[in-house]
Amino acid sequence: MYARLTGEDIANRVDGPLLFLRRSVDVGLNEAVEVETADGGVRLGRIAALDQETVTVEMLDDTAGLRLQGTRVRFFGEPLRFDVGPGLLGRVFNGVGKPIDGGPPLAAERSLRVDGLPMKPSAREAPSEFLETGFSAIDLMNSLVRGQKLPLFSGGGLPHDRIAVDIACNARLPGARGGEDFAIVFAGIGIPHASAEFFREEMEKSGALARTLLFLNLASDSSAQRLLTPRFALTAAEYMAFEQGKHVLVILTDLTNYCEALREVSASRGEVPSRKGYPGYMYSDLATLYERAGRIRGRPGSVTQVPILTMPNDDITHPIPDLTGYITEGQIVLDRELHRRDLYPPVRLLPSLSRLMKDGTGAGLTHADHPALAAQLYAAYAQAQQTRILASVVGEEGLSETDRTYLAFGGRFEQDVLAQPDRRDIEQSMDAGWRALRGLPRNELTRLSDAQIESHLA
Amino acid sequence: MNAHDVAARAATTWISGPVLRARPEGAFLLREAVTVGEQRLLGEVIRLARDEITVQVYEDTSGLRPGTLVNGSGRLLSVRLGPGILGHIFDGLLRPIGVAPGEAGRDPWVLPGMRDEAPAQFWLTPRVRVGDAIGPGDVVADVSVGVDASLSGSGEALSGLPQRCLVPPDLPAGQVIEIAAAGSYREDQPICRVRDAQGGEHGIALSHRWPVRIPRPVAQRLPSDEPMLTGQRILDCLFPIARGGTAAIPGGFGTGKTVLLETVAKWCDADVIVYVGCGERGNELAGLLAEFGELEDPRSGRLLLERTVVIANTSNMPVSAREASIYTGITVAEYFRDQGLNVTLMADSTSRWAEALREVSGRLGELPGEGGYPAYLSSRLADFYERAARVRTLGGANGSVSVLGAVSPPSGDFSEPVTNHTRRYVGCLWALDVRRAQARFYPAIQPLTSYSVSAASLARWWHSAGCTRWEALRRRFLTLLEDEARLERMARIIGRDAMPARQRLILLCAQLVNQAFLRQSAFSDIDRYATPQRQAVMMRLLGSFIEAAEGLLEANVPPERIAEAPIFRALMRMGEEIPDGDWERFSELDRELTATARRLREEVSGDE
Repeated sequence: MYARLTGEDIANRVDGPLLFLRRSVDVGLNEAVEVETADGGVRLGRIAALDQETVTVEMLDDTAGLRLQGTRVRFFGEPLRFDVGPGLLGRVFNGVGKPIDGGPPLAAERSLRVDGLPMKPSAREAPSEFLETGFSAIDLMNSLVRGQKLPLFSGGGLPHDRIAVDIACNARLPGARGGEDFAIVFAGIGIPHASAEFFREEMEKSGALARTLLFLNLASDSSAQRLLTPRFALTAAEYMAFEQGKHVLVILTDLTNYCEALREVSASRGEVPSRKGYPGYMYSDLATLYERAGRIRGRPGSVTQVPILTMPNDDITHPIPDLTGYITEGQIVLDRELHRRDLYPPVRLLPSLSRLMKDGTGAGLTHADHPALAAQLYAAYAQAQQTRILASVVGEEGLSETDRTYLAFGGRFEQDVLAQPDRRDIEQSMDAGWRALRGLPRNELTRLSDAQIESHLA
Repeated sequence: MNAHDVAARAATTWISGPVLRARPEGAFLLREAVTVGEQRLLGEVIRLARDEITVQVYEDTSGLRPGTLVNGSGRLLSVRLGPGILGHIFDGLLRPIGVAPGEAGRDPWVLPGMRDEAPAQFWLTPRVRVGDAIGPGDVVADVSVGVDASLSGSGEALSGLPQRCLVPPDLPAGQVIEIAAAGSYREDQPICRVRDAQGGEHGIALSHRWPVRIPRPVAQRLPSDEPMLTGQRILDCLFPIARGGTAAIPGGFGTGKTVLLETVAKWCDADVIVYVGCGERGNELAGLLAEFGELEDPRSGRLLLERTVVIANTSNMPVSAREASIYTGITVAEYFRDQGLNVTLMADSTSRWAEALREVSGRLGELPGEGGYPAYLSSRLADFYERAARVRTLGGANGSVSVLGAVSPPSGDFSEPVTNHTRRYVGCLWALDVRRAQARFYPAIQPLTSYSVSAASLARWWHSAGCTRWEALRRRFLTLLEDEARLERMARIIGRDAMPARQRLILLCAQLVNQAFLRQSAFSDIDRYATPQRQAVMMRLLGSFIEAAEGLLEANVPPERIAEAPIFRALMRMGEEIPDGDWERFSELDRELTATARRLREEVSGDE
C-alpha cells in the first residue's frame, strides 16, 4: 500500500522523545515512520525536522528500550493515514486506528490523512437542523444543531459520562422516529478502563453498539498517542459523514488528557511555554480538532461534536476550558452544587450557551415562541440567582414581594425544568418552561409579547 | 514593477514546522514573497544573510525536504487589488476560496499551494481622453459588473456597486497616450498607457498589486466629525464611533463579540465592509455568508454580500497566514477608500492575530516580552489601528476606513497585553460583560467600562439630525447607569425595600433605560436595526419618562405605582413592538405617559 523505504542502522542519538537519524533516504517533513525494535516491536513516529545530514523523528510511542545499533526504520513516504472502509461501525480500535476487538483487519476503501484538511467556509452548510437530545437544559435553553461542536465542561466526579451516553442514545431530529442514518464515534482519550467499559456496556444495553465506533486510548497507553486518537476518530467520522452520508455524533472524552499530553510533548521538545506551561499553539492545535465538525453543502451527512473536558479545579478560566470556549460553538457547564442536590442533569445554566441556537430554533424549526421563551427563562433565572445572593445577606423577610416571586421561580425552575427523570421532547420541555413562568408578575415578563403571554400564560 | 528581471532562487537546507532555511542564488529582498516547491506554497523571507535566507511558509509544509526549491518573486508580500474582490471570499493572502453554486460538495477543502485563477471580465467606461494629464489616484475609468449578462463569465454572484479604476499610487503623474474604448476587459489587461515627464511609459490595468504591509498614501487626513452609524442604540447614542475611527471590542468567550461585529457589518452605513475572520470559527463564517447572501442592505436595496469582502483564515487554517490576513484586510479596505468610499473593517479577532505573531516569534527564537508576546506587539497594533482614517484621497475624493477589532482576552481578563495595548490606540472601547451576557442581555456592552472619545465631536451631527438634546440625554443615561451600579451594591446590603423612594426611582429608571433602550435583539426583525430618527424618538421618550417620574416623586407617588402602570411595560417593549416610521405610535406613548402621570398624581392627592 505504501511505498516504504527502509533504513538500517541509521539512528545516531535518542534524546527524550526525539530520535535523530542519518539522512540516508529522501523523505519529507511530517511523514510517518515506524521504528522496529530488537524484540520485533514496532513504534510509530513522525518527521519533525530535516536538514542536509539529519532526520529528526518525534516518537509517538515511548522511547525507553530503544537502542541505536541494529534498529530498522521504515519510512512511509507520506504523513500518517487511516485506512477506512464500509465496515467501520461496531468495531473497536486503539488510539492509533488498529482493531483491538479481535476482529479481522478492516477492508479499506479509502486511505485518509488523519490530520484532515480545513473546510472552505463557503463550502460549509450553515448548521440549522435542530437536534433533540432529550434534555430540557439543552433542547429548550441551549439547543444543539447538526454540525455544531458543543462541549461539556465538567469536573472530576460529575456525571458527564452518563450525560454523554444519554445524548448518544436519545439524540434525534424532532418528529423522526428511527430510520435516520445515524452513527456515533466515541473516542476515549487517556480515560480509565472503567469509563470505557461503562460506555461500551451502556451502548450495548440500548442496542446502539452496532452503530457505534470506539477508539480507546486508555490512561495506561502512551501519552503521545493521545494526540492522535481524536484525529483517527475524526477521520473516521468525516469519512462516514461526507462519503457515506451518515449523521455522525462524535464524543471525545477527555480533552483535558489530550491537553496534558500536548503539554508533555511540547515540554520534551524544549518549546517556550505559554500560560500554565501549555504551549502557545494550543489554541490552534485544539482548533484543528474542533473545527472538523460541520456540514458540506451538497453532501448529505454531518459531523456533530460533543467534546467532554474536566475543568482542573472546576476553574472555567483555566486555559483548557478557556481556549475551548473560544473555538467551540458554546458550552454546557456542569455544576457540583446541583449534582450534590441530586439534580440530573446538573447543568449550570448561566454560563452555558449554544451559539447556534438562533439558527436552529423558532418558527418552522421548533416552535415560533421557543426563542422568546428561552430568553425569558434565562432573564428570569438570572434575576432569581441575583435574588438568592440578596436573600442570603438580608434574609428572605427583607425581600420585596417581586423578589420573593423570583426566589420561588428559581426553585420551581430547577426542580421542574432543569431536572428531569426521563427523556423529554421539545414540546414537553416547552410546556415545563411555560409552567415555571406562571406566578411571575406580567410586568416582569419583558421578553414576551402580549400575544405570547395571552396564548401560553393566560 | 520590475518583478521579472530578477528571479532569485534558493535551495532548502533545513526545515521545521512552517520555517525553513535555504541557500540563496541571486538577491532576495527582506520580506520578499516567495513560492516553495512544486505546490508553490506561499512564503515570505523573514531573515536575510549572504549565504542563508530564512523563510516563513504560510501553508502546511508537509512533504518539504532539503533541496526543495524556493523561488523569489522580486517584490514584497503583496496582493492583487481589483474590481473582482467585492462580494467574494478569500483566504488570508487574498486567494479566492469561494465555490461556485452547486459545486461545494465537489471541492470542499482548502488545499495548500498557489493556483492560477482565470481573471474575471469587467465592463469599463473610460473617463479620460488621450492627452489628459493624470496623476496617482485619479480616475481612469468607471468599472461595473453585470451591465451585460453575457459578459459575466464567472457566473458567480455579481457586485452591483459601481467601482472605479484609478491610477495606482506608485505610478508617476503623466499624460494619457492610449485609452481603451468602452467595453469588456480582463482584470489584468492594460487599458490605459501613460507617459511620464521623463518619457517613461506605464500601463494601467483594472487591477494592480500592492504590498500589504505598506499603507496606501493619501493627500490629507481629515477630522472625524461624522458618525459611522451602526443602528445599535447603545453604540450610536452612548458610545458612538466616527467615520475613520477605531473601536476595540474585548470580551471573554460567549459574550457576543462575533454577533455584535456581524450585526454592525449588516446594518452600519458603510459603502463597503471588509470582514476579516482571523482564527475564528468556520461555521460562523458559513452562517455569515448565507445570511449576507439573503439580506438586503436597507439603504441600497442590494444584497449585503454585494458590498462585502470576506477574508477568512479560520482557526484551523495555517497560523502564519493568520498574521498576514489582518494586513491583507486593511489593504483591501484602503483600496476601496481610495475610490472615495466609506469602508468599515471588522477584525475578528485581533487576539488570534497577536497569538500568531507570538508563535512565529517563538519559532525564530526572539526574546519574549509580556505574556510571551514579542516586544513589538504594541507597535504592530499601533501600526494597524493607525491605518484607520477619514482622508482626502490622492484623487481629491473623501473616503474613510473605520476599524472595529474584537479582542479575546484569556479568561476574560482585560489586563492582559493585547487588550491593554489595544485600548491605548483606539477611540472607542466597547467592553463586553459576562454577567450581562449570562442574563442574555445583548449587546452585552458594559456601559461603565466602555468609552468613546468621539462623542463630543459628533454631537453637532445629532443636532443637525434633529436630536437637539442628544448630549444632555446621553449624559443623563450615563449618570443613571452609574448611580444604578452604586445603588445595586447598597441594595445588596440593606434590601431594596429599605431604600428611600428617590433611590428606588433611580433603580426603576435605570432598569427602563437598560431594557427599553440598551437591550436590542440582533435577531428581531423590527429591532435589529434602529435608524437615527427612531433612536432619537426613543431617547426623547425615555427622557420624558424620567422627568415625569421625578415630578411624580415630588408629588409623593411611590416608584412601585409607576412601575405598575401599563405605560411602563409599553415603554419596556417599544423597541420590539414599534417599527421604524410608525411615529404615530410613539406619539401615542408620549400622550399616554402624560395621561398616566396626571392620573397617578390625582390618585395620590385623592388618597391624602
